[in-house]
Amino acid sequence: MATEASARPEIERPEPPDEIQAVPVRHPGRWVAAVVVAVLIVAVAHSVATNPRFEWGVVGDYLFSSRILDGLVLTLELTVVAMAIGIILGVVLALMRMSESALLSGTSWVYIWLLRGTPVLVQILFWNFIAALYPTVGLGIPFGPSFVHLDANSLITPFVAAMLALGLNEGAYMSEIVRAGIISVDEGQTDAAQALGMTRLQTMRRVVLPQAMRVIIPPTGNETISMLKTTSLVAFIGLADLLYSAQLIYSVNYKTIPLLITASIWYLAVTSVLSIGQYYIERHYGRGRAREAELSLLARLRAGLWPRHAEVKPLPEPPKMPEDHR
Amino acid sequence: MVKAKDVHKRFGRLEVLKGISLQVAPGEVMCLIGPSGSGKSTLLRCVNHLEKINRGRLWVDGKLVGYKEAGGKLYELPEPQIARHRADVGMVFQRFNLFPHMTAIQNVIEAPIRVKKTRKREALTRGQELLERVGLADKVDEYPARLSGGQQQRVAIARALAMDPKLMLFDEVTSALDPELVKEVLDVMRELARMGMTMIVVTHEMGFARDVADEVVFMDEGTVVERGKPADVLDSPREERTKRFLGLVLAH
Repeated sequence: MATEASARPEIERPEPPDEIQAVPVRHPGRWVAAVVVAVLIVAVAHSVATNPRFEWGVVGDYLFSSRILDGLVLTLELTVVAMAIGIILGVVLALMRMSESALLSGTSWVYIWLLRGTPVLVQILFWNFIAALYPTVGLGIPFGPSFVHLDANSLITPFVAAMLALGLNEGAYMSEIVRAGIISVDEGQTDAAQALGMTRLQTMRRVVLPQAMRVIIPPTGNETISMLKTTSLVAFIGLADLLYSAQLIYSVNYKTIPLLITASIWYLAVTSVLSIGQYYIERHYGRGRAREAELSLLARLRAGLWPRHAEVKPLPEPPKMPEDHR
Repeated sequence: MVKAKDVHKRFGRLEVLKGISLQVAPGEVMCLIGPSGSGKSTLLRCVNHLEKINRGRLWVDGKLVGYKEAGGKLYELPEPQIARHRADVGMVFQRFNLFPHMTAIQNVIEAPIRVKKTRKREALTRGQELLERVGLADKVDEYPARLSGGQQQRVAIARALAMDPKLMLFDEVTSALDPELVKEVLDVMRELARMGMTMIVVTHEMGFARDVADEVVFMDEGTVVERGKPADVLDSPREERTKRFLGLVLAH
């Protein structure tokens, strides 16, 4: 054997050891817990399916009814507009807060202190009754003549009040999120950009903010989902959003539970869509990071559900940035 | 090209530069050596006004850095003008500082397009050329995270060259590299020096200083201790502090 091996060394290489096939450790405690949980799940599912008072038929009737859908649209509008105001205001407030001017940073600090320190419901009510404070709104030179006079009651409708209250309140929270993101970017990045002759604005827009986004996106997703649900407070000023529409219906027909379920189904549906959107936005801003392998959402879910079958793949090619980005 | 006259720099109460006077002629390579904390990097950062100086004067290409002098008074320059001056001075950092969200070529063309308003097509052609010149023709579309330290640093050099600088500043550019990657970066710098680029190089690579520098400046505790031809300063230093430093550096 030995002489043969030395004559033909390529064939007689030592065999690689067999893959380990050991008997796994048993976890009796885990089994007991799993059985208990399984029984509970079956019990809950059974009662949800068989308890006639859930009135699933009624849920089905109202799920796509025009009143519920109108409420849903209002909820979505408020969420989108309030978040847009909140994000823009958040960036401005964050930049002010980091300004060298004490007046600018102080103003930003006071704004955040004030709007984070009072309940958003109070702020919604405040804006709704703003006409009591300022009956007319004028447009003109501060402390000088004003050219346009508007009646605050007709200008600040409940929708505008809700939009302002939610958006201005969100700005306070977003500014801290944006600031955290900006601080997280290495100072060397600013050095490099400025050494290349980029202005401070260019540095912020092209170098710092795109990197800050990695830190900003996840909490912003949280804020958006939270906003979706916070909009239900506008019921207090009589706006027929998703929840209030459901309430208006059950106050007449007393189908309270099915209508609350109907509203919940829509909230859940929208939250799910938002979560998927957030995943893809995060992936976009994570480009260039080797650590976060770019798997599609489905692939990742699959890997999560059957972790033992997850293959170790080589890192995929980084995605090309779309041309229209520059 | 660069002239420093009695430059002082304080961080709070700590005086980092205590009156530096230097001169670098066009096409000259100056190597700054000295122990860490001696103020070499700070001096470099002052040259393109990443740090403001507290006393003295600093000129690049005949223009006062960061200020304008008129009627015996100094006026701070507005930010866009400072940015314009910086555009003529290339800088390469110890920790590369590539933009991680951009590919190699995007890193290189960013400033020409944004600052010089070069057309994208031209910038791309030139960027390709530069990446080829530093030996990275095949890494054009890679993100920095997928490049080795040496490759990243060469992209950083190409990025600085894309602005057609009149002066290049190198701040310990090989200190963060694995030993086997140092040469590829130094080779690119040698080539640059050979082509007549004016360079100020803060370095611990004594071999590089000996071969490439026209002048070697030894700094310690914020002052220039000794300066001269590389052979003179490195082989037969006059000052005790220089001898001690070189003894420690060259011992291993």
